[in-house]
Amino acid sequence: MTKIEIKNLSILFGPEKSKAKKMIKQGKSKQEILKETGCTVAVRNANLEIKEGEMFVIMGLSGSGKSTLVRCINRLNEPSMGEIWLSGRNITSLSDKELLQIRRKEMAMVFQHFGLLPHRTVLSNIAFGLELQGVSKEEREKKAHESIAIVGLKGYENQRVDELSGGMQQRVGLARALANNPEVLLMDEAFSALDPLIREQMQDELLDLQEKMKRTIVFITHDLDEAIKLGDRIAIMKDGEVVQVGTPEEILTDPANDYVTRFTESVDRGRVVTASSIMLSQPIVVRIRKDGPEAIIRKMRERHLYALPVIGTDDQFLGEIRLKDVLRLRKEGTRDIGSIVVKEVPSVLENTTVEDMLPLLPKVQQALPVVDENNRLKGVVSTSAIIIEMTGKDQKEIEEIIQNAIDL
Amino acid sequence: MINIGKYIEIAINWLTENFAGLFDVINNIVGGFIDGFQGILMWIPFYLMIAGIAALAWWKAGKGTAVLTLLGLLLIWGMGFWVQTMQTVALVLSSTIIALLFGVPLGIWTGRNDKAAKVIRPVLDLMQTMPAFVYLIPAVLFFGLGPVPGAFATVIFAMPPVVRLTDLGIRQVPDDIVEATRSFGATSGQLLFKVQLPLALPTIMAGVNQTIMMALSMVVIAAMISAGGLGEIVLKGITQMKIGLGFEGGIAVVILAIVLDRITQGFVRRK
Repeated sequence: MTKIEIKNLSILFGPEKSKAKKMIKQGKSKQEILKETGCTVAVRNANLEIKEGEMFVIMGLSGSGKSTLVRCINRLNEPSMGEIWLSGRNITSLSDKELLQIRRKEMAMVFQHFGLLPHRTVLSNIAFGLELQGVSKEEREKKAHESIAIVGLKGYENQRVDELSGGMQQRVGLARALANNPEVLLMDEAFSALDPLIREQMQDELLDLQEKMKRTIVFITHDLDEAIKLGDRIAIMKDGEVVQVGTPEEILTDPANDYVTRFTESVDRGRVVTASSIMLSQPIVVRIRKDGPEAIIRKMRERHLYALPVIGTDDQFLGEIRLKDVLRLRKEGTRDIGSIVVKEVPSVLENTTVEDMLPLLPKVQQALPVVDENNRLKGVVSTSAIIIEMTGKDQKEIEEIIQNAIDL
Repeated sequence: MINIGKYIEIAINWLTENFAGLFDVINNIVGGFIDGFQGILMWIPFYLMIAGIAALAWWKAGKGTAVLTLLGLLLIWGMGFWVQTMQTVALVLSSTIIALLFGVPLGIWTGRNDKAAKVIRPVLDLMQTMPAFVYLIPAVLFFGLGPVPGAFATVIFAMPPVVRLTDLGIRQVPDDIVEATRSFGATSGQLLFKVQLPLALPTIMAGVNQTIMMALSMVVIAAMISAGGLGEIVLKGITQMKIGLGFEGGIAVVILAIVLDRITQGFVRRK
């Protein structure tokens, strides 16, 4: 179900907005609009659908408009054109009073630099959102204690926030947002100001939390590694435009343009790319009780293969057959291949990552079979495909490397 | 020749004629306020007063300042200026209170509204740079002679610092804190009272300190229109060429200034 829908959203800053709006409709470029009207186009014709309960990451470099865009969802920034819908309500046309209610009850935000009140204690910072709603002191402190427990801040209740480390302060920021029990969490570069180790830890904790809470989270980051780690889906923004929306794997394996490609180059692909995207989905197979030794040998010779997966009825994966065994079988003149099927071969699921496939490589003859939960063969992943994914080098380069190694 | 003076004269005369009733009312209220204040200060025996101020100094500014306060105030008493000093203190504090009453809200307004700031800032520049004596003229025309016109001139002269520093304090509240507060559904009033004012408080207190110091300097000048107090002693020293008396009055003013400054700065440093 769609929770937040952003339709044709544009955000302009500057003097001659009405003229700039016309130029956007005419499809004029950002530079042209800036030159002629003095208006900066922060976001341009953005369209996004964020599903209920998903962690949606908007990723882009500074100046890409990602923070401006997320601030439109709770209208800290006013959209210049377009609409934003939250649970079927048009946010853009709310009255001030309705807007306050939405900010108080339905969404909460976590900020890069925390935005905590330095003159108050941890507890009173966390209860702050409820205080604004007019919740009684007793009630709001009870709820604040609950969210203190969730983010692991027990024992810090009465400390002043400026005495805490960055990571701890951001826990307070997160707890403050959770205390309101919002349906939507907006996290603007929430972990970007933290040390790398603390950041990793906070990411893991957020993932654990999300596992339990299942909130709709819009997470802004400039770090693709973070986006890939956290996001169920990622939108990549550049110069105010949404360049690509997709799952982390879609973005890595099928980047929409050179810009996205350049980003993805530095990513540790092994942890993201899964068997399903690098497997050969209609591999050559041996069907038991159907293929005889002659047919198998021909299949292998044609493609220079020396091992093939064997399947039974309903595509059940049974094991593999190796060339030397088939040759022996032909010599003996036996037709039944059941005796030479090697059953102890590793297989992986479609969502197994390349990283997890690596340790299996020594046990693999030529290709790693991919099966579904019911052990039906879905495809095979060749060993070279795994190496290509891990090294980031292409087939030709790898052949060269192998050749060099042989020459030595 | 361009005769701006003439138009200002016309305006002031028009105000005097048409708002005489209003000025009378102000005169009575402010006059009563100052008199009452002065009455209380005079009613307290000097030794209790000195002990009380020294204790306050100890609490807010430490031992050294407390000792200095004690000796300084005893010196003033010893010179025989106690009554005048209390008159000056009453006038300074009444003027400061009135200046804060107008100045803090004005500073809040300009701190949150750029357009207001654009209009008000030049007016503050004018109020601060105009020679202080000039305020005495309309003050006398509106309120006659005495402490009330003195307070009027003092309020105008001493208000700008607290307006400016309140403005500054509100603007210095980090944007992300304001944004976070708004994102949780704070109304404009909640933002002001729960976030902006508490965070601006140290800066506002610095403004209060500056306003008190400027009020003290103006109150001395206001002796020229019979506002009374220590300024009168200094004035007598000048007009009658009594060098010694003039300096005695001056020393009393300096002591008072140091005491007021240290104590209010103690409030600024408050965490």
